[in-house]
Amino acid sequence: MKILYKENLVDIPGTKVTKIDIEAPHIAAKAKPGEFVVLMVSENGERLPLTVVNADVKKGAITLIFQEAGYSTALLGKMSVGDSLYSLVGPLGHATEIKNYGKVILVGGGVGIAEIYPVAAAFKKAGNLVTTILGARTKDILILEKELREASTELLVATDDGSYGRKGFTTDILNDLLSANKDYSLVYAVGPIPMMKKVAEATLPFKVKTVASLNALMVDGTGMCGCCRVTVGGHVKFSCVDGPEFDAHQVDWEELGKRNRVYIQKEKHICKLSLGGSSK
Amino acid sequence: MKEPVKIKERPSSERGSNFDEVVLGYSEAEALEEAKRCLQCKNPLCSQGCPVGIDIKKFIKEITEKDYKSAYLTIKETNNFPSICGRVCPAEYQCRKACVLTKKGSVFASDNAINIHFLERFAGDFGKDEQVVNPSKPRAALSGKRVAVVGSGPASLCCAGELARNGVEVTIFEGLHKTGGVLRYGIPPFRLPRNMLDFEIDHLKKIGVKIVTSFIIGKAKTLDEIFAEGYSAIFLGLGAGIPSFLGVEGENLCNIYSANEFLTRVNLMEAYKYPQFHTPVNIGKSMVVIGGGNTAMDAARVALRLQKMAGLEPDTTVIYRRTEVEMPARRLEIHHAKEEGVKFEFLVQPVSFGGDKDGCVSALKVLKCELGEPDPSGRRRPVPVKGSETDIECDGVVIALGLQANTLLTNVVPGLKVDKYKDIVVDPETMATSLEGVYAGGDIVGGEGTVIEAMGMGKKAARAIIDHIA
Repeated sequence: MKILYKENLVDIPGTKVTKIDIEAPHIAAKAKPGEFVVLMVSENGERLPLTVVNADVKKGAITLIFQEAGYSTALLGKMSVGDSLYSLVGPLGHATEIKNYGKVILVGGGVGIAEIYPVAAAFKKAGNLVTTILGARTKDILILEKELREASTELLVATDDGSYGRKGFTTDILNDLLSANKDYSLVYAVGPIPMMKKVAEATLPFKVKTVASLNALMVDGTGMCGCCRVTVGGHVKFSCVDGPEFDAHQVDWEELGKRNRVYIQKEKHICKLSLGGSSK
Repeated sequence: MKEPVKIKERPSSERGSNFDEVVLGYSEAEALEEAKRCLQCKNPLCSQGCPVGIDIKKFIKEITEKDYKSAYLTIKETNNFPSICGRVCPAEYQCRKACVLTKKGSVFASDNAINIHFLERFAGDFGKDEQVVNPSKPRAALSGKRVAVVGSGPASLCCAGELARNGVEVTIFEGLHKTGGVLRYGIPPFRLPRNMLDFEIDHLKKIGVKIVTSFIIGKAKTLDEIFAEGYSAIFLGLGAGIPSFLGVEGENLCNIYSANEFLTRVNLMEAYKYPQFHTPVNIGKSMVVIGGGNTAMDAARVALRLQKMAGLEPDTTVIYRRTEVEMPARRLEIHHAKEEGVKFEFLVQPVSFGGDKDGCVSALKVLKCELGEPDPSGRRRPVPVKGSETDIECDGVVIALGLQANTLLTNVVPGLKVDKYKDIVVDPETMATSLEGVYAGGDIVGGEGTVIEAMGMGKKAARAIIDHIA
C-alpha cells in the first residue's frame, strides 16, 4: 500500500489532478479494465472508490488518477512517495466487457479521461477501431492526451473555451461522428454526470449502445450498504456490485446527480475546518 | 422466591450524547444473589433453549460457589465469546424462555426467569479481566495443516478460534478494513463496547490466527487459488450482505439509508465523531426508522443519540407493521429505546416517500393496518386498511428490513450450491457445502440468525473440518 510514484498532472488554481502508483501486487495481478478499488488515507478516513487506471503485474503496482474534489481526495493529494495508505481493497465491480465490437467511440471528460484510458487500450488490443473524444474546460487541465493518442485509432479534443481542439463539448464532436457514420457499435463514456447524461441523449436517436461508468458515492463498495444505489431502467441497482457500468440510456441521471450532492454541506464544512480554506 | 436481581444501567439522562455502554453488568454480590435464584433443575430446560447448548446449570452452580474461573471455562466449552453473547444474545427467546420459571406458553421469557445472559456476561468479563486461559489442545495430526476462513464475523471468529486451539494454522480473510463483521459495523458500541471485540480478536491473534483485512475472496483470490496455496479447507462466513429495500416510490431520495449503511457509517466509520473521523452521516430533525428487529432498535437509538449530539430536539420514530408483541427485537432493546425517547408507531405500513426540490426525503406516506390471520411465521399478518393513508413528515429515514445474501463470492464459484435465496446449501450436521473441503456458516447459511447461532455453526464446522483434515 506504499506510494511508489507520484506526479501532478494538473496543478493550477482550482484544479489539481494527481497520478499515483501504489504497491498492491495482489490487486495488480487481478485488476481488469473498468474495475475499481476502495482506499482509506488514514484510520479516520473515508472509504474512497477510485477506478484502476493501470495494473502493472511485474511491478506489483496499480495506478490511480484523482482530482482533488473534497477532503479525502485533498488528503490523498498530500501524501508523498514512500507513504502508505491505511487500507486498500480490490479489485471491485464488474470489468468492462472487452471484445471486438468493430468501431467504438470513447468519451472522456475531466478526470474521467483517466478511467477511459485502460478501456481504450483494451478495446484497441481486441481489434476495435477506437475513436476517443476528450473534453476539458480548458487546455491546461487536459490529461493523458499523449497516452490516449497511442491507445486510440483516432483522438479528438473539445475544450469549453476553445483553447485547444474544437471549442464546445464532447457531445458536439460525438454528434458529428454519429451523423456522418452509421457503423459505430458502442459508445463508452466516463466523466461528470452532466456530460454522461448529454452523451446518452446524443446517442439515443442513433440507437447506438451506450455504456457509462458511474461515480456514485460508496461506503464499503461490496454491496453491503446501498449507498451507491441508482435507478437503471426503473430498477434499483447498486453501482458497486451491479456496475459500475450501466446502459447510459437507462440511468436516472437526475437522481444520481442529486444523490452525489447529499454531503456537499458537510464536505464544505470539513474542508474549511481542516484545510483552512475551501478545497474545490 | 426472591425477586430477580436488576441489572445496573446507565441512567437514560446520561445516554444522549455518547456511545458508552448502557448495561453496566452485575457486581459480584449481585451475580451471586441472582445465581442463587437458580433452581438447579434435575432436567434443566434452559440448555435446550441455547443454540449451542451451554451447560447453564453447571456454570450458574459454579458462580454460586464463587468459582468464577470454572464458570468461565464451562461456558467456553461450547461458546467461545461469553462476554459478547452475554451482551447481545436474545436470551428472552432462547435460554430464559426455556427456563422453568417462564410461564408456559408465553411468547418470550417471564421477568422472573433467571437472568442467564447477565450471569454469562459476569463470568465472561471475569475470564477476560482475570485473563483466564482456555488451554489449547493442539493435536499432532493437525500440525502444519492450514485452513482459510473467509469473513471475520461471529461464525468465522468462532470457527477460527476452535481450529487454532486444535493446532490448525488459520488465516482469516476479511473484506473490510477492520475485523468483527456485524459485531463491528452493525452492533453499536453502546451495546457491545469495542474493547470487548478487540479483546477477543487479539486473543485469536495470540493463539496464532493470522488476519488479512481488505482482502476479498472471489475477487483478489479464488477458492481454487487458496487450495493451490496449500490450504486444506476453507470456511465461508460471508454474512448476509445486501440490504432489503421496500421497493416503493421515492426510495432513492437522499437521506434515506439502509440500516446497514447508516450503522456502517456510524459504527465502523465512526461518523458520530465527525469531523475528527471523516465519514459523514446526515441526521434529520425528524428521523423515521422502518422495521421491528434489533437492527431497527439499534438504528433508532443511534439516530436519537446523533440528534442529541447535534443539539437537535430528539425526534426519532420507529414504524412497524404489527404491534409491539410481534416485534422480533430483544425486549431489552425495545425497553431501552423507549427509555431513551424513541417513539413508536405500530400498525402502519410504508407506501411511498415524498421529496423536496433537492431530491431529499420530506415525508413518508403510510397506511394504517389491522392484525389479521396468523402468517406462516405464526405472527398475525398486518392487513392495510383501505383509504387510511397519512403522511409522516420526516427528513431522514433508515430502512431496517433485513438482508439478502451477498453473492460477491457465490456468483463466481459455479460448483457451490445455493438455494433460491442465494444462501449456501450445507449439510446441517457438518456445515459442509457441495464443494469438497469447503464449509460455511452464519447468515450466508439459512439467512439472518443471531450471533450465537452463527457461532454455533462456526464451531460445528470447525469440528467437521478437523475430522476432514486430520
